[in-house]
Amino acid sequence: MEIVHPKTITEALAGLTEGVTPLAGGTDLMVEVNFGHAHPERVIGLRRLEELAHWEGDRIGAGVTWRRIERDGPTALAEAARTVGSPQIRNAGTIGGNLGTASPAGDGHPFLAAVDASIELVSLAGTRALRWDEFFTGVKKTARRDDELISAVRLPQELPERQAFGKIGFRNAMVIAAVNCVVTRTAGGRTTVALGSVAPTPIRARQAEAMISTISKPTSSDLGEFQRLVSEEVRPITDHRSTEEYRRHGAGVLARRLLERCLR
Amino acid sequence: MIVGFTVNDEPVSVRVSHPGSLLDVLRDDLGLLGSKSACQQGECGSCSVILDGELVCSCLVMAADMEGSTVTSIEGVGAEGALHPVQEALHSAGAIQCGFCTPGFVVASVDLFERDPHPSPTEIREALAGNICRCTGYGAILRALEGLASGVDG
Repeated sequence: MEIVHPKTITEALAGLTEGVTPLAGGTDLMVEVNFGHAHPERVIGLRRLEELAHWEGDRIGAGVTWRRIERDGPTALAEAARTVGSPQIRNAGTIGGNLGTASPAGDGHPFLAAVDASIELVSLAGTRALRWDEFFTGVKKTARRDDELISAVRLPQELPERQAFGKIGFRNAMVIAAVNCVVTRTAGGRTTVALGSVAPTPIRARQAEAMISTISKPTSSDLGEFQRLVSEEVRPITDHRSTEEYRRHGAGVLARRLLERCLR
Repeated sequence: MIVGFTVNDEPVSVRVSHPGSLLDVLRDDLGLLGSKSACQQGECGSCSVILDGELVCSCLVMAADMEGSTVTSIEGVGAEGALHPVQEALHSAGAIQCGFCTPGFVVASVDLFERDPHPSPTEIREALAGNICRCTGYGAILRALEGLASGVDG
């Protein structure tokens, strides 16, 4: 096998041809290798590519680790980062790698969906930014072309004042989400609800958002209706991690609790 | 290909012909058997090492990606007759059952205490969330480290 360690993103792109595997933190790829499901013969090592780990304002470089996001990220993204794997995983795993894998359960995804973030893709042909819902195309599938690298996440300049992340899993740590969720709310009441692990890609609960955004001081019956709409809008499946019914119920309860946290 | 890096302050170079892990190289090529090979997927923490200053699972590091890097494994922690304070604390508290997870717990704890000599009980638990003890001997481990954090001998 061979591996190259480019010093710049441009150098990395020159080497990114068909059959070449980009390697960032390794926390997903190496599991595939260890279990014999992947045999990358030509690898581009991105772990120490400083240009990719650059974070300035609302542009978070793809090589930024969860550890840094846990420390310095916006509220709900930092809360999500704190639940990614374990300290060992957070020191290695990156936000770009999370997006490259595009697991339906990715803990970083609901925040990006909740604030309508874009994912920046770069190739020798140029740079494009896809909104999150154009980027995620299916279970572990994205719109990234083979000749593109995920270079950064772009957040909007203004983020909602109130934001909260929550996750349902079967341990407090080192757990893949059965449901994860971010709720945001502005001072004016505009609310967004994004959920993961309840559909092939992260989704927004648009009906629940529209309903609760018009109400400045929701009553407990409003909250009950909000919860019901969220449960209705998700499209979960039953798998080894949870059942459809549990996820549907959990999604509504979790979104409601996070909304209550935003209203406090 | 030949990959050169530093292990416990010693320069090494190893021949790498497949995309295997740093853990396999430590154990099979360098004979450093302290880092344990168990889950192979970053779940158990028994292969924890410090890579370029960060605590990671060596099973999830591609050996071919190690060129120019620096790693501290359990063999680089403490010395004969001069245990690291974390090792002293665990030893005097008897915080060991079968011992398989111990190297990983020691490396993760050393990483924690070198960043913060006085972590709170919650910080200790969070720092060790990636290390699993299948004997479930967590109580003694936590008591030992809480004692070390508060400056009281375990």
